[in-house]
Amino acid sequence: MSKFKKKQGNTTPGISTASLPDIVFMLLFFFMVVTKMRDTELMVKVNTPQASELTKLEQKTLVNFVFIGRPTDKYKMTRGTKPQIQLGDKFSTTDDIPIFLAKHKTSVGESQREKIITSLKIDNDVTMGIVGDVKTALRKAGQLKLNYSAKKRERTK
Amino acid sequence: MAKKNRMSNEINAGSMADIAFLLLIFFLVTTTIAEDKGVLVKLPPWSDEPPPEMKLNTRNVYSVLVNAQNQLLVRGVPMNIEELKNNTKIFISNPNKQEDMSESPTKAIISIKNDRGTKYKTYLEVYNELKAAYNELWEEAAMAKHGKNLDELTNDQQKEIRNGIPLVISEAEPTKFGEEK
Repeated sequence: MSKFKKKQGNTTPGISTASLPDIVFMLLFFFMVVTKMRDTELMVKVNTPQASELTKLEQKTLVNFVFIGRPTDKYKMTRGTKPQIQLGDKFSTTDDIPIFLAKHKTSVGESQREKIITSLKIDNDVTMGIVGDVKTALRKAGQLKLNYSAKKRERTK
Repeated sequence: MAKKNRMSNEINAGSMADIAFLLLIFFLVTTTIAEDKGVLVKLPPWSDEPPPEMKLNTRNVYSVLVNAQNQLLVRGVPMNIEELKNNTKIFISNPNKQEDMSESPTKAIISIKNDRGTKYKTYLEVYNELKAAYNELWEEAAMAKHGKNLDELTNDQQKEIRNGIPLVISEAEPTKFGEEK
């Protein structure tokens, strides 16, 4: 019996920190799962407009991104200030779109391919000329599901 | 001596918390909880042939023009973007059975045309308002038919309501006006 008898000191015991790693690990795993590291540097300024009728993009692997905007300050000298298209990590033209889509397609399983959505991240300030060209290129390439990326706002009355 | 050795056999887990914290902070800093949302659009398939001439009753077509000055012309009349949604709703549902509005919601067609100089922001706003008009009509139909919100219905019921008021937004080739130099 005396084996289990605790030695009772005068000082009150501190809070046990033994479970601290567990708690921290739990948080750690949460953030590890949620984190999506930005693999591409944005070379164009994209400030998306606001809209109310939004659909969430569910499966990230089935989404490819097309950025349209004016080059950021870093690239202004070499690229000018006219709106540019960015595919992956480089400046592109509409001619590069079919190859870009085909490349993404190979990373997606056969059965999932018709669910591929192209997310268009387009700056507020861009005119429809370049957007129309991209849309035409996407249609020609057979990519018909689009998502105009936008920020949430309330529906107008 | 032997007893002391056995005691120190366990790995000291005291620094575990520190390591975990370090990783945690790293992920906290790098995390951007990506909010990828947007207006979903389905484009018509491309064909090299010119589209077949379709005889459409003009009363069923709701034409929205957006010019390079970002002004709206709806069925030949200038309109503010704030009024667009409600007017579209009235056009589609045609509650007063007006002669110049759609015969029935299934026959209504929305047509958008923009210039190359139109701001993307305006274009998306217009598209968003038109979509909002349909969404509201669906919600109203769901309320009237089932007494529930649209998202509380089963998939089949939702589909039925959506097919009752089909979303048809056709986009014309933009005119070459106001192209950015």
